[in-house]
Amino acid sequence: MLALLVAQNIAFYFIAALMVFGALRVVTCKNLMHAALWLVLVLAGVAAQYILLAAEFVAITQVLVYLGAIIVLFLFGIMLTRTKTGTDDNLNNSAGARRMAALIGVLLAGVMGYSLWDGFGKREFGELTVQRTAEVSDSIFSTYLLPFEVISILLLAALIGAIVLARRD
Amino acid sequence: MLVNQFLFLGAILFCIGVYGVLARRNAVLVLMSIELILNSVNINLVAFGALWHVTDPSNLSGQVFALFVIAIAAAEVGVGLAIVLLIHRNRQSIDVNDVDLMKG
Repeated sequence: MLALLVAQNIAFYFIAALMVFGALRVVTCKNLMHAALWLVLVLAGVAAQYILLAAEFVAITQVLVYLGAIIVLFLFGIMLTRTKTGTDDNLNNSAGARRMAALIGVLLAGVMGYSLWDGFGKREFGELTVQRTAEVSDSIFSTYLLPFEVISILLLAALIGAIVLARRD
Repeated sequence: MLVNQFLFLGAILFCIGVYGVLARRNAVLVLMSIELILNSVNINLVAFGALWHVTDPSNLSGQVFALFVIAIAAAEVGVGLAIVLLIHRNRQSIDVNDVDLMKG
C-alpha cells in the first residue's frame, strides 16, 4: 500500500511539473502552432491526473473530446486565420499590460493557495476506489437526467450556431 | 495523496490561464487560455468527486459535473472559433484589440 502511494505521488509530481511547464509555454510561446502542441501536453496531463484520481470515464472522455476533437478544431482555426507561417510578433499585448496580467495571476495564485491551504491543509484522500463507468452512467441517467437533456439541446444549438456563423453565403 | 496536491495544481493552471487571457491579443490564443481555465476547474471537480466517493460510494456528482463542463467547453470552442473565423473574414485580423466597434 505504501509503495503504491509513493508511486502515485511520484507520478503526480512528474506529470504536474510537465503540465505547468506546458501551460506556461502555451501562454508565452511565440509560435501559434507550437502553442497548440503544448496545449496537447497539458490536456494529456489532465487525463493522466484523472487516472490517478481513479476516474476512468472522465479520463477517456478527456482524451476523446479534448485531444481528439478540440485540438483539431484549434489547429484548423489557426490554419484558417493565419496569413503567414512561422513566428509572429503580434501575439501579445504590450509589456506593461503583460506585467499587469502577471501581477494579477500571481495575486490570484496567492489568494487561492492561502485559502486552499487554510481549508484543506494536509487532508488525505483515504483509499481511492475506482469510480466505474457503469456507476457514472447510472448517476447521469437517473439523478442528472434533466441537466443531461439540457446539455444535449445546448450542444445542438452550438452546432447550428457555429454552422450559421461560419457559413459563406 | 493529499487533496491539496490536486487543488493546488488546478489553482496554478487557472492562474496561468488567466494570465494568458489577459496577456495575449490573438483571439485563438485567448480561446486556448480559456481551455486551460476550464481544465483546471475540471481537475478540482474530479478531485472533490473522488474525495466524496470515498465516504459515499454511490455519489458521483464530481465526475458527472466534470463531464458537463467538458460538453460546455466543446460547445464554447465551436462557437468561439466560428466567431473568430467571421471576424477574420470581415477584418483580416484576429487581434482582440482591433475589435472595438462598440467602444464609446
